[in-house]
Amino acid sequence: MSLAISSPATADELVPYKIIGDTIPQSLTGTPGDPARGRALVLARTTTCILCHSGPFPEVRFQGDLAPDLKGTGNWWSAGQLRLRLVDASRFNPQTIMPSYYRNNGLVRVGRNFASKPILSATEIEDIVAYLATLQN
Amino acid sequence: MSFWRAIAVGALVAAAPALLAGEIPSDARRSGYAFMGPDTRAMQDDDTANPGMLFVLDGEALWTKKTGSAEKACADCHGDARSSMKGVAARYPAFDKALARPFTLDQRINLCRANHQRAAPLPYESRDLLALSAFVAHQSRGVAITAGDDPELKPFVAQGRDLFMQREGQLNLACTNCHDDNFDKRLAGAPITQAQPTGYPLYRLEWQTLGSLERRLRSCMSGVRAQAYDYGAPELVALELYLMSRARGLPMETPAVRP
Ligand code: HEC
Ligand code: HEC
Ligand code: HEC
Repeated sequence: MSLAISSPATADELVPYKIIGDTIPQSLTGTPGDPARGRALVLARTTTCILCHSGPFPEVRFQGDLAPDLKGTGNWWSAGQLRLRLVDASRFNPQTIMPSYYRNNGLVRVGRNFASKPILSATEIEDIVAYLATLQN
Repeated sequence: MSFWRAIAVGALVAAAPALLAGEIPSDARRSGYAFMGPDTRAMQDDDTANPGMLFVLDGEALWTKKTGSAEKACADCHGDARSSMKGVAARYPAFDKALARPFTLDQRINLCRANHQRAAPLPYESRDLLALSAFVAHQSRGVAITAGDDPELKPFVAQGRDLFMQREGQLNLACTNCHDDNFDKRLAGAPITQAQPTGYPLYRLEWQTLGSLERRLRSCMSGVRAQAYDYGAPELVALELYLMSRARGLPMETPAVRP
């Protein structure tokens, strides 16, 4: 994968990040995320992860099966890889159905309430990365 | 009214379009009914338990009620719906020569109100429009879907297909991603079906009421955080037309019940 620096048209709303290989090595906020908040975010219906994924979430009755189970994620993916996956999963698989969570342009007919906004903020991405990295067995 | 019959028969003998890549072959097409649990199926199957039948009965009453400044009832022109409306809903949306575009059964009913009854159009999703449309579509229960056969509809079916394939919304998902590629899987708790529009208008338990196919499509669009098309918008009619042509051969179920 090539080295690229994101410079979207509405760059003022997204913090710039640097892709190296298949990772974004640096935290988007400059500080590590909070894994407890990350877990709560992954479980929240509005974050959308569990529409497609299942995971080690015994308290959640309805989980999706369109995507791999998230347990063990931290065993095979580094924090940098997880960060890029959340920011733009299409870097790993151009046909993926997994949304790009940190993107705010090039989309079609985005609903008025969501226009020009990424799905998640930089802080939320970092919290989720921190949580996914703990999913080791 | 035999001239529309003639058109319908003409359309039936026209060859079905060849299957495009990624599409569900006709022998693998399954109604949403096939994905439901036994309780919801039983509710649909039993007319005394199916809440949609109340709307059908309301529609039957409206059918014979004189309306508008022309003081005419639907029945004054169309007679007994059981014969005059049998199979009609199975070929909608249909092409209107005067308007040079397809229009839905709801729009057709409102055209009759405007042109033949001289009455104001009924608002989309209003109880009376749903009731009339449920009553008319119920006359096609069991009839195989043939919508989209009219060659004049070809560009509109293609437009609907393009919209079905196009990713949209903040979640950047296309209809095809769920309804062609992932049916039989679960989106959180909900089984994803093939999005076959066989039962509309239908009673959805989540809505606690009858709703149109357009309402359903608008809620799938909002689900991917896209700006839903307005009721009656040409894009929504094209999507509806594509879905009906994609369901070719499946029997109509109106009024269906869905979770
Ligand atoms: C619309 C469905 C969908 C949604 C929503 C979704 N994903 Fe995914 N995700 C996938 C699919 C499918 C894959 C498998 C790889 C691919 O096709 O890109 C995947 C892969 C992953 C992987 C790599 C898993 C592995 O074992 O290789 C992680 C980690 C992940 N997703 C996390 C998330 C998180 C966290 C969220 C919510 C912020 C999320 N996903 C939301 C569909 C989705
Ligand atoms: C004054 C006569 C008249 C009245 C009243 C009338 N219609 Fe019609 N209807 C027609 C005619 C004529 C057509 C054929 C298309 C056209 O010329 O508008 C038609 C077409 C239709 C069609 C399409 C049939 C097909 O084969 O495609 C439907 C459905 C329909 N009417 C339903 C209704 C309903 C429901 C009502 C009452 C709300 C109603 N009509 C009232 C005369 C009438
Ligand atoms: C993220 C997945 C997803 C996407 C994308 C999606 N839908 Fe749906 N759709 C669903 C779910 C879940 C349901 C409810 C269960 C079912 O019938 O599949 C549903 C229901 C439907 C139904 C009702 C089927 C019935 O039996 O009554 C239709 C029709 C439909 N969708 C059409 C569409 C169209 C058209 C689009 C694109 C504009 C679309 N959907 C996009 C998930 C999706």
